[in-house]
Amino acid sequence: MVGAFQDEAGRLTLGNLDALTSDAAVTALKGSLILSASTALIGAVLGALLAYLIVSMSPQSLMRRATLAVSGVLAQFGGVVLAFAWIATIGPVGVVTKAIMDLTGANLYGSGWLFGLPGLVVVYCYFQIPLMVIVFAPAFEGLRPQWREAAVNLGASTWDYWRHVALPLLTPAFLGALLLLFANAFAAYATAAVLVSQGQPIVPLLIRQAITSEVLLGQANVGFALALEMIVVVTVVMVAYNLLLRRTSRWMR
Amino acid sequence: MTEQTVDRGLAVELSDLTRVYGDVKALDGLTLHIVPGELVALLGPSGCGKTTALRILAGLDHATSGTVSVGGKDLTKVPASKRDMGMVFQAYSLFPHMTVIDNVAFGLKMRGRDGAARRTRAGDMLDLVGLGEHADRYAHQLSGGQQQRVALARALAIEPSVLLLDEPLSALDAKVRVQLRDEIRRVQIEVGTTTLFVTHDQEEALAVADRVGVMNAGRLEQLAPPAELYSAPASRFVGEFVGLSNRLPAEVRDGVAAVMGREVPVLPGSATGSGHALVRPESVSVVADPAGPATVTTVMFLGPLSRVTCTLADGTLVVAQLASSDALRLQPGDAVRLEVAPAPVLVVA
Repeated sequence: MVGAFQDEAGRLTLGNLDALTSDAAVTALKGSLILSASTALIGAVLGALLAYLIVSMSPQSLMRRATLAVSGVLAQFGGVVLAFAWIATIGPVGVVTKAIMDLTGANLYGSGWLFGLPGLVVVYCYFQIPLMVIVFAPAFEGLRPQWREAAVNLGASTWDYWRHVALPLLTPAFLGALLLLFANAFAAYATAAVLVSQGQPIVPLLIRQAITSEVLLGQANVGFALALEMIVVVTVVMVAYNLLLRRTSRWMR
Repeated sequence: MTEQTVDRGLAVELSDLTRVYGDVKALDGLTLHIVPGELVALLGPSGCGKTTALRILAGLDHATSGTVSVGGKDLTKVPASKRDMGMVFQAYSLFPHMTVIDNVAFGLKMRGRDGAARRTRAGDMLDLVGLGEHADRYAHQLSGGQQQRVALARALAIEPSVLLLDEPLSALDAKVRVQLRDEIRRVQIEVGTTTLFVTHDQEEALAVADRVGVMNAGRLEQLAPPAELYSAPASRFVGEFVGLSNRLPAEVRDGVAAVMGREVPVLPGSATGSGHALVRPESVSVVADPAGPATVTTVMFLGPLSRVTCTLADGTLVVAQLASSDALRLQPGDAVRLEVAPAPVLVVA
């Protein structure tokens, strides 16, 4: 953080923060926000549906235990390995790309979408959805059967129960998980670093360029300023997450 | 039961209910008639089927066979949300994101009542259970006893045809349990709703119910007013489950049982010939006698009454319940003579 307020010679300056308003920095921030928000939303919705299906199964169900275990693994399955897995699957000479090409003549790889922002969205969902499952399943489990039975007994239909009881109870947990997924995607680096070789569409890649570029020398402190920008965004998100979590845990006591 | 309650409740009829889960028969031909305004308690050990019966009446479970009717209307196939019954669960059934008054008004909201009418009725119900001041609190801001009173108010707010209480006191501590038990009875008499109360606590059942049904293995063993259930058990299970009983060797002849050298009348359903009489501790008196055939083993002080355990020469243990003023004169090791009061007993084989 200190480096964000120093120049190359170590003197105090606010000049690095000016760099945050440059076109490249604003574009990268926009890219990061779009990537994080879209994968958080997709991951949260699909993950919540999957979590509901899993929690609806018997606790002894093999499918339930297996899905939760696999989700636990896949939620951590980011980085270089994940990027190569996708390249090997739907990259220019990926297994699925070639199979579809042979079968239908269609080019799944197209103009190289996998190596840009759309590709990152798809690949990030691979760990965002499982993360949502393991984060959100306990919220579904926290819905007590007595609440449904009490609602039904008082005249509520299934829709009434979801509208007036279950959804309001799940909303803070859902929003909290959404924020967690946002922060998770916002801070991810390795997968994007392997997939994206042209341009710096997101902040972590711009930081890499600032720190390691052999063309643009003396940009390390700008990199620190960009990192500070990320810390501020993630801090705001985590504070909101904790507020929501506190509210949910009070209800679920 | 008061005259007022008879006017306002509806009759409940469970006919030949059976519920089978896989290989387990949770209910085995249960038939129960509850008269309008009556409070019937179903009592029995865990797994006897009492909660299953209540859930089938509520519509939260379905019977494998048999029928449910309320006020002469067959409700067997009617979904729970249309049965118009209020239910109080064991615990934690209040909606945690709603205030107390919103919880109580929930059923009225589902019935399309307007906001003002809902608040008025919910406020009245909260006053009825003594929680009018807590209308704007949340469940987590209330004690367990208060939460159950809110649950009671919520169940009554919809003016249910039947009130169902599923072990509503089991999660509370002893003192609150007694207070709320009395409160439930007071409120039930006041509103006059026909009520089914499920519990495994016999003291609770005997204290609040007009009649108590003792269940065992999915069957109703006996349905009777509390005093009759206690003094005239219809089966060995009821005699042993309700209250404390001594099993003393007995010989039955011509409707009279010889128990510890004394002749006592026998209850209908008793075995004949040799068997064991189920004798209540309060029917046994202990007389200090240096030549007596029994020895005092323990004296347990319980307040105004004490429980004295004696051992007969053959090793049989006999428990007697005496006034503490008499019991405290006895010491473990004292020789005593035991006498059985001439109250009717059930003799089992």
